[in-house]
Amino acid sequence: MAEDLNVEVVAADRKVWSGEASIVIARTPEGEIGIMPGHEPVLGLLVAGAVTVRGTGGETVVVAVSGGFLSVSENQIAILAEQAELADEIDVAAAQADLDALGEDGDGAARWAQARLDVAASR
Amino acid sequence: MGAQLRELRQRIRSVDSIKKITRAQELIATSRIARAQQFAEAARPYSQALVRAMEAAAERARLDNPLLEGVEEPRRSAILVVTSDGGFAGAYSANVIRQSEALAGLLREQGQEVVPYVVGKKGVSWFTFRGREFGGSYVDFTGKPSYADARKIADDLLDAINTPAEEGGVDEIHIVSTHFRNMVTQEVRARRLFPIMVEDVPEEVHRAEAGAVRSGNGGSSGGSAAAARTDVLPLYEFEPSADEVLDALLPQYAGNLVYTALLDAAASEWAARRRAMKNATDNAGELQETLTRQSNSARQAEITQEISEIVGGADALAAAGSE
Repeated sequence: MAEDLNVEVVAADRKVWSGEASIVIARTPEGEIGIMPGHEPVLGLLVAGAVTVRGTGGETVVVAVSGGFLSVSENQIAILAEQAELADEIDVAAAQADLDALGEDGDGAARWAQARLDVAASR
Repeated sequence: MGAQLRELRQRIRSVDSIKKITRAQELIATSRIARAQQFAEAARPYSQALVRAMEAAAERARLDNPLLEGVEEPRRSAILVVTSDGGFAGAYSANVIRQSEALAGLLREQGQEVVPYVVGKKGVSWFTFRGREFGGSYVDFTGKPSYADARKIADDLLDAINTPAEEGGVDEIHIVSTHFRNMVTQEVRARRLFPIMVEDVPEEVHRAEAGAVRSGNGGSSGGSAAAARTDVLPLYEFEPSADEVLDALLPQYAGNLVYTALLDAAASEWAARRRAMKNATDNAGELQETLTRQSNSARQAEITQEISEIVGGADALAAAGSE
């Protein structure tokens, strides 16, 4: 591909990551979606979990998101989540504590804690 | 006389320590304004992307959400009143409360019930003191609001608007908060958050974007092409569907609106506090000067009296000796 994807991962209160990428893999309610340059415009919901961004230099960035959505148009990808953390930033102890406090009743905060743990475990 | 001088010196000392405190408060407030503005700046990319996505989804989805379509005759309204937790901020909280009372009066004239949701200890104590009922109170974060705080408020408001008015819900949500124009000007604003007024926020973003694109391109031909591109939204594929995307976006949008309002109010609060503390410092300085003058003249008066007593005493002795 001649062009690269321009990716921005934005949380409600800050920009988490931005840069060039060759592929972005995220999870929507209907399954995983992989986006490469030249993809048609998409506006999709995300479920809590990992978003994987493979940079043009071959490096891989994994971000835990609490949900939110992703928009793709003209090789611009915006991933918007109320909460998002880079894999390296995740505080495993805090996430585990959150999960223990909430229990696994499957509501938003618990899923977010679980997503952080999963991403942290895979780093 | 000696007592007066001692009293004046005591007052000068206490004014001096008050001045030190208010001066410190002023400096703290100044640095907090900058920090509040940084937070507002950091939140901007999210707001912009969110508004763009909302526009795209709203174009294709059915618009029967209570957040988008109001009822014909609203009967109950929620007002989110954003005041401060701390004092020492001049009329900051008082202004907001006054404006919210004016809005409440207006809504009651239209035959609506008003349910206040109050942010900040000052507002909460104002409403509690008057025995008013309120829908919710949120304290201990106004100087430095986090997204989680905003999320909680937004969730409560959304619960209220998704409940029919007969069952204790509301039909409209208004917000009264302070907008930070610059360091010297902050204005209290009353806005309706939901149902969304179509011409409200998106228009502003449109203009801002168009302006930015044009100035970025410089050339007139490139500018018009870029402007045309911002007007036509790309034909998005929705995943899973436009309706579901919009339904998921609206709560996020609500959270974002509350969050930006809280940040704006926080910057305003610190600016109001800085101004109040600067005035207090200036006043303390003036008072100190006046008191110093008074104490000087008291000291002079004391000396003068002592001299005249000595002279008078000496005269009396001389007169007694010569007899």
